[in-house]
Amino acid sequence: MANIDLKASKDWQPTHVLPICDEIQAIADHLVLTPVTAIENIVDGIETFWLDKKQLTQLMQVLRFDLSEPFDMCFDISAIDESERQHVAGLVSDFTVSYHLRSYQRNQDIRIKVALTNDDKTLASVCSFWPNANWYEREVWDMFGIIFEGHPHLTRILMPNTWQGHPLLKTHPARATEMDPFVLPPHKQDEEQQALQFNPEAWGMKRQSQDNDFMFLNLGPNHPSVHGAFRIVLQMDGEEIVDCVPDIGYHHRGAEKMGERQSWHSYIPYTDRIDYLGGVMNNFPYVMAVEKLAGIEVPERAKMIRIMTSEMFRILSHLLFYGTFAQDIGALSPIFYMFVDREKLFGIIEAFTGARMHPSWFRIGGIASDLPKGWDSLVRDYVNYLPKRLDEYEKMVMQNSLLKKRTVDVGAYSTKEAIEWGITGPGLRATGFSWDLRKQRPYSGYEQFDFEVPLGHKGDCYDRCRVRVEEMRQSIRIIEQCLNNMPEGPYKAEHPQTTPPNKANTMTDIDSLIPHFVNVSWGPTIPAGEVSMSVEATKGIMAYHLISDGSTMSYRTRIRTPSFAHLQMLPVICKGQMVADLIATLGSVDYVMADVDR
Amino acid sequence: MPEMIWKLVEISIIIALLIPMAAMLVWVERRMIGIWQDRLGPNRVGPFGILQSFADLLKILGKEDWIPPFSEKLVFTLAPIIGAVCVLMSFAVIPFAPDIGVSDLNIGLLFFLAMASLAVYSVVLAGWASNSKYALLGGMRAAAQTVSYEVFMGLSVMGVVILSGSFNLREVVLAQSEGWFIQSQFIGCFVFLVAGIAESHRLPFDLPEAETELTAGFHTEYSGLKFALFFLGEYLGVTLISAMSVVLFFGGWLMPAPLDTWLPAIVWFIVKIAFFILFFILLRTSLPRPRFDQLLAFGWLVMLPLALFNLLATAALKLMEVL
Repeated sequence: MANIDLKASKDWQPTHVLPICDEIQAIADHLVLTPVTAIENIVDGIETFWLDKKQLTQLMQVLRFDLSEPFDMCFDISAIDESERQHVAGLVSDFTVSYHLRSYQRNQDIRIKVALTNDDKTLASVCSFWPNANWYEREVWDMFGIIFEGHPHLTRILMPNTWQGHPLLKTHPARATEMDPFVLPPHKQDEEQQALQFNPEAWGMKRQSQDNDFMFLNLGPNHPSVHGAFRIVLQMDGEEIVDCVPDIGYHHRGAEKMGERQSWHSYIPYTDRIDYLGGVMNNFPYVMAVEKLAGIEVPERAKMIRIMTSEMFRILSHLLFYGTFAQDIGALSPIFYMFVDREKLFGIIEAFTGARMHPSWFRIGGIASDLPKGWDSLVRDYVNYLPKRLDEYEKMVMQNSLLKKRTVDVGAYSTKEAIEWGITGPGLRATGFSWDLRKQRPYSGYEQFDFEVPLGHKGDCYDRCRVRVEEMRQSIRIIEQCLNNMPEGPYKAEHPQTTPPNKANTMTDIDSLIPHFVNVSWGPTIPAGEVSMSVEATKGIMAYHLISDGSTMSYRTRIRTPSFAHLQMLPVICKGQMVADLIATLGSVDYVMADVDR
Repeated sequence: MPEMIWKLVEISIIIALLIPMAAMLVWVERRMIGIWQDRLGPNRVGPFGILQSFADLLKILGKEDWIPPFSEKLVFTLAPIIGAVCVLMSFAVIPFAPDIGVSDLNIGLLFFLAMASLAVYSVVLAGWASNSKYALLGGMRAAAQTVSYEVFMGLSVMGVVILSGSFNLREVVLAQSEGWFIQSQFIGCFVFLVAGIAESHRLPFDLPEAETELTAGFHTEYSGLKFALFFLGEYLGVTLISAMSVVLFFGGWLMPAPLDTWLPAIVWFIVKIAFFILFFILLRTSLPRPRFDQLLAFGWLVMLPLALFNLLATAALKLMEVL
């Protein structure tokens, strides 16, 4: 058992050999990159530049192809409606589109910001550089009405086709009470249903091949194997899939919009429901982002408790994946055994937090409560219990020859494809590419832990399952190390902006009473700034990109979820598959629709 | 004439016992799967939940008997009836005990195979008449699967015919008084069982319904009583395949010397059937489902050669008078 060196706990900081902007200008000296100013207060250490919209394509060409170690992954594209901004930096106009790119070779990120005015809400599409920009640009159009020129098919993605307006505009109402009451008269219902009809021509599909007609099969939004409300339209030749169009948005709840109407503290429960199998794993990037903005140092004990509970939720999520994956292949029993194991672990989570699937347990500056008495024996029992069960499942599921036949070499993709499409997490590692945020950019003290990053090699359905199974064993190792090395000390930081605020001296000291009163009634005021924090969540890399305008609420909350990118890749994987393979592939991707649609 | 009436009474009794038994089987299966999956299963209606099936039946009778407007109405209605009737007809040739059994048809085995083939129409027609894409895919799968597996099913039992020298099932049973055919026909028995599961569309060969892929396959559009008929057909099918396995390979009602006096012949027969039914249920809980093309490849590349080998070997051994 590794001993943990507590003093070493320092979160990952990017190291730069040569400023990236010099490198870019060495290749293309006509590009004008304007560094961000202090007023923007970008605290996450990601190099950020403003760029004129005319130069976007040229810069992207340099970043994607011309640099020696290119930015091969498009991590996120989002936009900001700047119309109500108080702390306005120099180049900010009516809208800002923000590109977050990542280079795996450099282990470095870059953020490019482009300002747009109300009169000219157009921008060149970058789909030709990163195929996964497709959905991100559709989302930006859907939410802000920014038009991407040269986009292959710029349509609504999260909102229904019949929707009027662009929800993330500051002028768009945020609450149902600000709108007229919802009614659905028969003619409107017909319209809505008509709008859901699939039109193959719009997607560039043919209705028949040379010798036969294709069948267009609507898989979902309600289907036993799509794990939520997700629709895929399959173009089929017999039982073989020629092409498919994933259709998302049925689970869209406007989580990003809600972020603009909730205090920094009261948004925490909303994060739980993003990846609803991830529990506190969702709180993690959010509270880290807020803490970074506010400059709060979290105590060691809180950090380790966060890691321990997050790893528990990784196990919970992977166990559910394991069972449903087997069930999608047709093995009915494993899921029931795994639910028993999950139930035991939920018992522990319940003892810690009082809740089960959505504990909302992390707080700005720490966690909601200290661990209960006797927590260690609960955890130790489980740590001893689960590996034996996993050994049994190994025989029952992983070594079953029928299951192997159904999953080996099915739904495979290469590392290159995975990076191009923005795949992260187990789906990326199944291709044999060792990139785990917890190792590559340790946060919250992960660098102190001794664990391995399981890898696959073929990137097929079987490997994706294999990687997750091994990850559960590694999570147990991490939990065990937490158990043996849990530091003593406070579970929440001493800082005026933690939530709920510290009440200790309020009755004796007026200077404690006033901030306490303000922070309880309005919630903390977080300094203006911008930050993006990621965690290696259960399904891949989940990031919260928060922009504060120095108020008690976030100015813009952007949630970059792993499942969104993973589903976008489906048409690439499933071409030429049988329907049964598609089901296996869907199961192996392990997505949650709430995580996709937010 | 009185003989005729007696026959009708016998038929009525057998049907009156078979159908509730098939309904009970639903409860048995859910309970057993529950136990094997660390759960309780249905345990609320009556002692141990034994009346669950009757509660289900009541519920299903209360459902609207809906025929989708886009379907081919006549065929849509006929399809489930064909299925249930074909399976029930097959029971006519099963010798339950020395003096129980509807018909002593001298081509009993062929009659069973014929009925099993006819039962495919139920699934194919249901899939086609529903005029729904999922149902159509299910129907297509059923047609291909059943037509393929029927071939080996027929071939696998020919060894038994060679040994007993008869197509009459009662004579097949009597021919096993010296020893059950499983001793020499274990390959045939294996092929027959696999083909039998495929014919009755049960996991791991439930591709025509494949819940996770085709929602409910050929019976996606069915509800109420018609759906219940499909269900009845499936569970009667399981019973039928179990009964046939017992008759062909496990000596029917016969038991070795001391055991046969302990219980009446019919009870032994039922005990043996119950054993096979439980085996089918256990298979369902433990195996995943192969893909459609893998299922067919397994059939033609493994089962067909096995069945042929079994037939040739049996014939050769019979000619050499080893058996």
